[in-house]
Amino acid sequence: MLKSFKIGGIHPKDNKISAGEKIEIMPIQKLVTIYLSQHIGAPAVATVKKGDMVKVGDLIGKSNGFISANVHSSVCGTVKSIDNVKDSSGLQKMAVVITVADEELWNENIIRDDKLVSEIVLSQQDIVKRVTEAGIVGLGGATFPSNVKLMIPNGKTATALVVNGVECEPYLTADHRLMLEKADEILVGIRIVCKALGVNTAYVGIENNKIDAINLLKEKVSKIKDIKIAIVALKLQYPQGSEKQLIDATMNREVPSGGLPIDVGAVVQNVGTIFAIYEAVQKNKPLFERVVTVTGKSLKTAKNLLVRVGTPITELIDYCGGIPEDTAKIIGGGPMMGRAMANLGGCITKGSSGVLMMNDIESKRAKESYCIRCAKCVGVCPMGLEPYQIVAFARLRRWDDIMELAAYDCIECGSCSFTCPAHIPLLDNIRIAKAESMKILRSKK
Amino acid sequence: MDTTLILTIISLCSIGILASVILYFVSQKFKVYEDPRIDDVEKILPGANCGGCGYPGCRGFAEKIVESTTMEGFFCPVGGSETMDQVATLLDRVADVKDPMVAVVRCNGVFAKRPTTNVYDGDRKCSIASSLYAGETDCGYGCLGMGDCVDVCQFDAIHVSKETGIVIVNQDNCTACGACVTACPKNIIELRKRGVKDRRVFVSCINKDKGGVAMKACKAACIGCKKCQTACPFDAIIIENNVAYIDYNKCKLCRKCVTVCPTGAIVDENFPTPAPMPKPVVKPENISTAKPVAIPSINKEEKAIEEIQSTDVKPIVENNNDKSE
Repeated sequence: MLKSFKIGGIHPKDNKISAGEKIEIMPIQKLVTIYLSQHIGAPAVATVKKGDMVKVGDLIGKSNGFISANVHSSVCGTVKSIDNVKDSSGLQKMAVVITVADEELWNENIIRDDKLVSEIVLSQQDIVKRVTEAGIVGLGGATFPSNVKLMIPNGKTATALVVNGVECEPYLTADHRLMLEKADEILVGIRIVCKALGVNTAYVGIENNKIDAINLLKEKVSKIKDIKIAIVALKLQYPQGSEKQLIDATMNREVPSGGLPIDVGAVVQNVGTIFAIYEAVQKNKPLFERVVTVTGKSLKTAKNLLVRVGTPITELIDYCGGIPEDTAKIIGGGPMMGRAMANLGGCITKGSSGVLMMNDIESKRAKESYCIRCAKCVGVCPMGLEPYQIVAFARLRRWDDIMELAAYDCIECGSCSFTCPAHIPLLDNIRIAKAESMKILRSKK
Repeated sequence: MDTTLILTIISLCSIGILASVILYFVSQKFKVYEDPRIDDVEKILPGANCGGCGYPGCRGFAEKIVESTTMEGFFCPVGGSETMDQVATLLDRVADVKDPMVAVVRCNGVFAKRPTTNVYDGDRKCSIASSLYAGETDCGYGCLGMGDCVDVCQFDAIHVSKETGIVIVNQDNCTACGACVTACPKNIIELRKRGVKDRRVFVSCINKDKGGVAMKACKAACIGCKKCQTACPFDAIIIENNVAYIDYNKCKLCRKCVTVCPTGAIVDENFPTPAPMPKPVVKPENISTAKPVAIPSINKEEKAIEEIQSTDVKPIVENNNDKSE
């Protein structure tokens, strides 16, 4: 019997169109726009000025605070400007715009070969330091600075590392391809993170629709003797990629309400992040490129691309055959958690896992009707909340009642909105309720 | 008469008397004194329970004001100075003199000036839309026109105009309770002095983008050109982050800023039309006498604005084409 999380969950059609496409290297464009805030927390502070020459991997934004991350140049060229640039949500964000030079020079410290380095020479502290310097953030989409996760707070102990290879979002295949093509590197990465955390157990959760990846990793893991890595095949169920659900599925532990994974001794990292940590620690390569799935039912060729951070999104779409005629929405990320883009002028960031083109029929929101108290939303909520009730209170602005319903525990997976037969925009309203209840929580502290 | 009946009457009466004696002593022991003036003050208050004073409803306000010894910090925006005077006389105090206020919407981005560039199909609430992205236009600061302020207004004083897509305040109904100010996620609504004969001048834009970017998104945007600042004889205009703000305590309603504003971002309300001011006379006089140093910079800026205006038409057209494709 396959494992999965216990409460709620839905089964959207997985539509993994690009699962068979090998990771292709996206050609570098003439102009890249690198935002200084590509992570949760304080935006980085620019360390370059207009007219400066930068090489690939050079630091251009310095981390500004505990929860913040360094930003590196993804190309070699001259800084054209440091200014506010609109991102794909249409809001202005500080960014470094770089004109790409003809000849590509890399930062001298980066080791530029594909040879697998499996020996871990760095000490525990040095690994964390290297991860901090490389500006690595959670590549699953939340973009939380990884070094913060590697530093265990006082009084807490980590017992296991949980690696997220679930990729439960429909359409996206970036992590799947990475596991197939960089399996050895990922396993070294797991050992590095285990060393940094001081644990010797790791669980790799992979959903059952990626049998090839499960088999490949199981075969390779059998040769590793120093630490225990368990490849856990999981039942297909959304939102299994959420860290709390993944801990439940792999380790059979439940994170308490309002708590963090470390409260049950777990640290969760995405496979993409693990690969980035491998590159940072073994090859001294900062995070400036990532795998992005460009997909859509009507797209000519859905692809998995290795893209430099800062590449314009339109270039990615053009590379895959241009915007299909029936496109109604272009989504950054997957269809469940991703956001529709208001402005196509945006660029790839560390957190962009996919670019999805959806047609009219797929993307159209049905007209809202009345709640019939069917409780389907209650049944599917993986956090055990009561979405219909939270929304009713949110619409009346009764924030105190929302506190009692623990809206702050919502993981914004959208299962409630997906399942609602009355098409009530549940998640839209819960987000507001969550934001308000977080404010109340913070004021109480 | 039956003895049972007599006994019953006597025993019931004695229980009643005993109970009343006990109750009398208990009520004396646990007596809660409530100032009778609280009820009187509550009667004077409008009874809207809007929370505009900062206290939980009119009763809460009455309790606190009676408890306090001053009038400082107490003001009922709905009743205004008249009500506060009555309350002050009742409590033998002197009321603070406060100017009557009114809510103004600091966005003039009507459909004609601010083209729609995308379609929002989520739940139509400003708070939700603004938590997700900039909005249906390119301006990330402007009115979203989904009416969160309309929902919270208890006085039917604010409405979304279908023709223009932005909200309009009905100044006769507005009590300046401030509910809309807190409800607006974009912080567009501001409480300003009602002004003499309800006449007001304010900058109807809060776009902090640089001039060119702001103009591209909306033709009615404040571009931070500082012309109004130079023209103002009373130093009432502050320009910060590429947007002008008129201090209503300093403004003398001369409307010189309105005439010089190149984008029409400065709005005058309730002034008699047509404007009595002959334009050519005002401009040179003011510049040459007030701040002669500023002349060259103004000319430059004028040119810059002209350039923006001439170049800015193209990208918007292109954007529209992109969308239709």
